[in-house]
Amino acid sequence: MQSFTILTSVAAPLLRNNIDTDTIIAIHRQVGTNIRGKLGQWCLGSLRYRPDGTEDPDFVLNRAPFRGASIVLAGQNFGCGSSREGAVWALQEYGVSCVIAPSFGDIFFNNCFQNGLLPVVLPEPTVIALAAEAQTGAAVTIDLVDTVVVAPSGQRYPFTVEARRRTALLKGLDEIGTTLAEAGRITSFQTRDAAARPWIYHIGEAS
Amino acid sequence: MAPKTMFAKIWDEHVIDDFGDGVCLLHIDRHLLHDLNGSRGLLELKRRGIPVHNPELTFATPDHGVSSAPGRVGMNANGTELLESLRRETTDAGIRIFDLNQPGQGIVHVIGPELGLSLPGALIACGDSHTCTHGGIGALAFGIGTSEMGHVLATQSLVQRRPKTMRVTFNGKPAPHVLPKDLILHLIGQIGAAGGTGYAIEYAGEAIRAMGVEGRLTVCNLSIELGAKIGFVAPDQTTFDYVAGRRFAPSGPLWDAALAHWRTLPSDPDAVFDQEVVVDAAAVAPQITWGTSPEQVLGVDGMIPDPAAEPDPSRRSAMQAALDYMGLAAGTAIAGTPIDWVFIGSCTNSRLSDLRDAARAVGGRTVAAGVNAWVVPGSETVRRDAEREGLDRIFTDAGFQWREAGCSMCLAANGETVPPGQRSVSTSNRNFVGRQGPQARTHLASPTTAVAAALTGRISDIRQLGR
Repeated sequence: MQSFTILTSVAAPLLRNNIDTDTIIAIHRQVGTNIRGKLGQWCLGSLRYRPDGTEDPDFVLNRAPFRGASIVLAGQNFGCGSSREGAVWALQEYGVSCVIAPSFGDIFFNNCFQNGLLPVVLPEPTVIALAAEAQTGAAVTIDLVDTVVVAPSGQRYPFTVEARRRTALLKGLDEIGTTLAEAGRITSFQTRDAAARPWIYHIGEAS
Repeated sequence: MAPKTMFAKIWDEHVIDDFGDGVCLLHIDRHLLHDLNGSRGLLELKRRGIPVHNPELTFATPDHGVSSAPGRVGMNANGTELLESLRRETTDAGIRIFDLNQPGQGIVHVIGPELGLSLPGALIACGDSHTCTHGGIGALAFGIGTSEMGHVLATQSLVQRRPKTMRVTFNGKPAPHVLPKDLILHLIGQIGAAGGTGYAIEYAGEAIRAMGVEGRLTVCNLSIELGAKIGFVAPDQTTFDYVAGRRFAPSGPLWDAALAHWRTLPSDPDAVFDQEVVVDAAAVAPQITWGTSPEQVLGVDGMIPDPAAEPDPSRRSAMQAALDYMGLAAGTAIAGTPIDWVFIGSCTNSRLSDLRDAARAVGGRTVAAGVNAWVVPGSETVRRDAEREGLDRIFTDAGFQWREAGCSMCLAANGETVPPGQRSVSTSNRNFVGRQGPQARTHLASPTTAVAAALTGRISDIRQLGR
């Protein structure tokens, strides 16, 4: 997994609520066994492009200096909807490494950590204040070491992230590897559990 | 002992390790795979040389990418590739697959309960956000991404943060023509698409108790549209009667042991929830969405809201963008809006009871000229059972297309799209921009409200149509 420590970038204000995963990347861009590396150009496609395929010049990511921004400032419930990890991959392939929002879709939130994209939860007034400053194109810094967002004005906004996830992101740890390193816990749990709930493990088939 | 919620009982029973901060390693009892991403997880494991931990607790079926056309004609290249790769990788890993044209195939959230694989008290994961559906049987079930799928395949466990708990109580008896879909859409309208974010929701109350298991599956299905990745209903005699005798359900002494355990699962009477919501089910009208989020919903006899009346600027601009996309005018009645397509299907509303409700609403009438109306059963078994009852004839005689089981036009992953600019009334779960195809306009509704639209060619109030 990609590690994340400190990031400084322009931050694109996209304060609409409920930006769903289908809006982040359309389903027809994700069907197939070989989709990786091709998602960035279609990230947020229905917002970046007009129905005729041309760029919408009014959309924030089509305007300087926000084109290719690594930070997105979003509204409530960003990434609601589907579990398709393509939403995270599309943002990363576009170049986004951090999204700051008042809340996130629960599944999308987990998917971000699995890929090294940092979702930062800050109160809505803080996100709005950050967006007002970022509007000028001044850079915002995300510091995962000190768990603080630094606004262009120097104002510091601390955020929280679960300790375990923070460590994994800082070190780029792979969760499967971490769990497998102590796989004995799982088999001993299953042995105990199979005695208590045998119907979970012994699946018969009616004729 | 302190009173516990059903959520806490099931969660605690599955904790393999507690990392603090509410973060736990949880055992996954059932893992379901489908064609859209199932093979991706398996291939990743293969690439890393990691075996599947419990292939016998893992089950697969193709649903997203397969053609729903009669005889499965017209499979597109991507769908075929995904299907073949799911077949190959599940076979290699020793995972049972319910393949096309076999009993057991169908939308993954329809077949889990139908086969008796999804059980009360079980922890179920699947790489699809509508996995919350299985909560209707009394399971804790949630959607996961591809990376988490790899983790489950490799370890039969997942690292998850414990959500907060919410109880939604539906009091009273719904009026005639008001279906489970209407109750849950109404709730989303009340508390919003983020109203359940961070929560596991227990649905309770008289209206839920009186509901069959299939209706409960519909209610739980839309939990994720509230932002909650888990929604569930406490198991009761209705649940036990539903599960008993299913193909993979426990039987004999295992059944007796399971049943005794399942009876202990419901929340204790004094259990405390982090949030409580109460809905008067008797006051709910048939619902229809007008916008591009499930929270943009109203009674079918209502007026399309005016963004100018919305004080919050962010909500106001979202409302205007939705109206523009949907091609609707604020302040006008939603009923009477002409429509082009009707889709009856999806993991929300494609079970036998949904098809029975829809067939009854047809009542010998015919689909309006110019409307394309599809019925896509949720599983091969639903299809066969419906045909045995003659439901397929009721639909085809009326001018509906009767198709093969799968996700089909709910998300159009198989290329079955609503054409650009056309308007669809759909029994599915998402009205997002482009969900049913680029520039397609989707109105979510119950199966009978969808039938009303098909018969009249307009958004219509089923209560005025009768049946």
